[in-house]
Amino acid sequence: MSESINVTLKVWRQSGPGEPGRFETYPLENVSTHASFLEMLDILNQKLTNTGKEPVAFDSDCREGICGSCGLMVDGQAHGPDTETATCQLHMRRFSDGDTITIEPWRARPFPVLKDLVVDRSAFDRIVEAGGYNSINAGNAPDANAILIPKDRAEAAMDAAACIGCGACVAACKNASAMLFVSAKVMHFARLPQGDPERTTRVSRMVAQMDEEGFGSCTNTTECEAACPKGISFSNIVELRREFVRAQVTGRTSR
Amino acid sequence: MTLESKIPSGPMDKKWSKHKFDLKLVAPANKRKHTILVVGTGLAGASAAATLGELGYNVKAFFFHDSPRRAHSIAAQGGINAAKNYQNDGDSVHRLFYDTVKGGDFRAREANVHRLAEVSVNIIDQCVAQGVPFAREYGGELANRSFGGAQVSRTFYARGQTGQQLLLGAYSSMMRQVDNGKVQLFPRREMLDVVVIDGVARGVVCRNLVTGEFESYAGDAVLLCTGGYGNVFYLSTNAKNCNVTAAWRAVKRGAFFANPCFTQIHPTCIPQSGEYQSKLTLMSESLRNDGRVWVPLRKGDTRSAREIPESERDYFLERRYPSFGNLVPRDVASRASKAVCDEGRGVGPTGLAVYLDFADAIGRDGETTIRQKYGNLFQMYAKITDDNPYEVPMRIYPAVHYTMGGLWVDYNLESTVPGLFVLGEANFSDHGANRLGASALMQGLADGYFIVPYTVGSHIAGRKLDKVTTDHPAFADAERSCREMTTRLLGVQGTRSVDSFHRELGMTLWNNCGMARNDEGLRSARGKIRELRDAFWKDVRVTGKGQELNQTLEHAGRLADFLEFAELLVVDAAERKESCGGHFREEYQTEEGEAMRDDKNFQYVAAWEFKGVGEDPALHKEPLEFEEVHPSQRSYK
Repeated sequence: MSESINVTLKVWRQSGPGEPGRFETYPLENVSTHASFLEMLDILNQKLTNTGKEPVAFDSDCREGICGSCGLMVDGQAHGPDTETATCQLHMRRFSDGDTITIEPWRARPFPVLKDLVVDRSAFDRIVEAGGYNSINAGNAPDANAILIPKDRAEAAMDAAACIGCGACVAACKNASAMLFVSAKVMHFARLPQGDPERTTRVSRMVAQMDEEGFGSCTNTTECEAACPKGISFSNIVELRREFVRAQVTGRTSR
Repeated sequence: MTLESKIPSGPMDKKWSKHKFDLKLVAPANKRKHTILVVGTGLAGASAAATLGELGYNVKAFFFHDSPRRAHSIAAQGGINAAKNYQNDGDSVHRLFYDTVKGGDFRAREANVHRLAEVSVNIIDQCVAQGVPFAREYGGELANRSFGGAQVSRTFYARGQTGQQLLLGAYSSMMRQVDNGKVQLFPRREMLDVVVIDGVARGVVCRNLVTGEFESYAGDAVLLCTGGYGNVFYLSTNAKNCNVTAAWRAVKRGAFFANPCFTQIHPTCIPQSGEYQSKLTLMSESLRNDGRVWVPLRKGDTRSAREIPESERDYFLERRYPSFGNLVPRDVASRASKAVCDEGRGVGPTGLAVYLDFADAIGRDGETTIRQKYGNLFQMYAKITDDNPYEVPMRIYPAVHYTMGGLWVDYNLESTVPGLFVLGEANFSDHGANRLGASALMQGLADGYFIVPYTVGSHIAGRKLDKVTTDHPAFADAERSCREMTTRLLGVQGTRSVDSFHRELGMTLWNNCGMARNDEGLRSARGKIRELRDAFWKDVRVTGKGQELNQTLEHAGRLADFLEFAELLVVDAAERKESCGGHFREEYQTEEGEAMRDDKNFQYVAAWEFKGVGEDPALHKEPLEFEEVHPSQRSYK
């Protein structure tokens, strides 16, 4: 494999919220194939700065695939072509010399663009605020081993808890549904005994908030699962529906 | 000014109980009359905001990310220590305390460390109740593993994502208080100044990173939970946006900075691969439980790892430190790796790497077991390097990871500015000259859940605080100075990018103030930093405008602070003429190359007072006394 490649970037530029956007084309030469995708954008930004142009704004922080800050549509795929890979962990060795790469922000009404590739994902925080927690004050907890949790149950909870809240599931869905995100949070708690006391109100409130934020309905096409950098399973959505119906039938629906 | 550590009297294991009783209380009905400003929402900030909200205070939480869940605590992999002794292997509060004081090379404050060990057990209880899915055994009880610097298994973990899960726990508790109306979130705000009125911290000025507006907020206490300064080295395992700005601006308002030279170089990071590299990636220390570290016995051996027979390998950690082996503390492991690379026995294209080999563990336990334990770490390694660590050994090299130094605080976690509290990595108090693995998460949560909620109350109840609003002229002054700095940065209109200055600063520090330091190098580094700072203000190019989302401007402001702070870092490193923990002075080492501490002359905390940019800072010493753990030469042999 060649150690460096030339690529052409088509990047979404938008000066601010609600402003009209457009694609700009930038050729980029001699990009090391060992560079990460975001390092490639760093190189572009360095070049733009050197020529007095404004660099491309994009969110990123940990660059280890865990903080969930980064998130780009790369050639129409959320986080790009690799499975279970956040944009920051995508590497240029995945691309070939001469490729044209199209880079866009997440496209979803509940995630308005703030600038270029930066979007506002605070809708996710508001969904968590609507019951995505166990009500336990500091100092009230019983001994950590007082309630035993079978290993497989703890592992299943962890599988759901691994969500990084990046929003790729929403971006990948043609309905901009947030079902995978919401189901991961609901099922994380539902699989643990500690989540039981608020199990009913939690799912009702979180789903209501999801709807209020303007996310669309699930399409059942599982594109969300395919795009998820943490491999959150679509089966969470199936179980979320069960949790939701259970809450409607058996419990209170609001606080 | 004399530093008052406010360590309570009495026996070590009774100090915190006694102090909690002595602290003044705010009555439940009065708490709602007070506002507390929390800056940063990592483990320390989120846990503090949640707990203070639970107690009834009004909390305003500020963070520069789009969501509190993105704070860098999320990247911690390996685990969190607690003296639960669930493994029945001889652990206790006293042992965790002892290990931490010793691991910190006798440069931490004993009373703080003891308190940390005491509350460690409550943290695990709290996190489990929140729904943190820690690893468990088949019987349903919590699992533990061992970590560097300890001979017991006291580390709790959630796969390789412990920091993430703990932060999501703290974040969810905080969001509950948002739901309850007790905590108000201020996303995409960067704190640029602390407002001090009548000598007490009463507010902050933030830049709204979306609109570019400067905003003032008033309160009765300010909590800085803003993390460490590792990014002063440019390349580190810290997230890209980690910075010293909040802490440094506090220093300019009278807070003292303690022990900045105590920086931790983590032994197991993925080596640098090219000039374009933006950051370094940590491979959890937990890997050293099963991975064996080695280099070829012979210099310049270019054979691939698998071609080198057992007899021609040097498992240098096991050889030099037989009782701790691959699990020696981080500073010791990092220096040993550097030493073999300096001898020309490093591996990989740059020669700046050593092997971390899992072949024996896979042979012993099977690939499935290793995959269960470290699957996501192996996957991360494979993604970055394109190597398969199940088949070939990982290549690792030390990298800047954590900073033990930070703002000086007393036993109440209060800085030299009354009303300004500092939590987590941003303060200096618990890890001395070297932090043990899995102790950062413990400290952040201890400070936020179980310590500051008590001590802030005493500040509020004990001091007569007049009502202050943002109409006070001190806010307008602070806003003006922030605005002036932004205007100045945008006005230079030079030719060099912010990033290029940052890389140069990082290189200067890594070469002169990294894993090994000496007087001459530190002296020359100080000169270079000054020159670089002058060059920055003459020639930096900050594109765009102030009144918009401008990431270049954000980075430029942070770098401007790093350029001032870096000078303090090398001044402190030059002043401390001994080797201890992460601070290794080449002039002070034993014949075997181990660190040589000088307790007679340097058993103190160096707390530095800012005297102006380019001026010599003033040194204040807090002598350290050890009642329980008698200082000795650390030995992991």
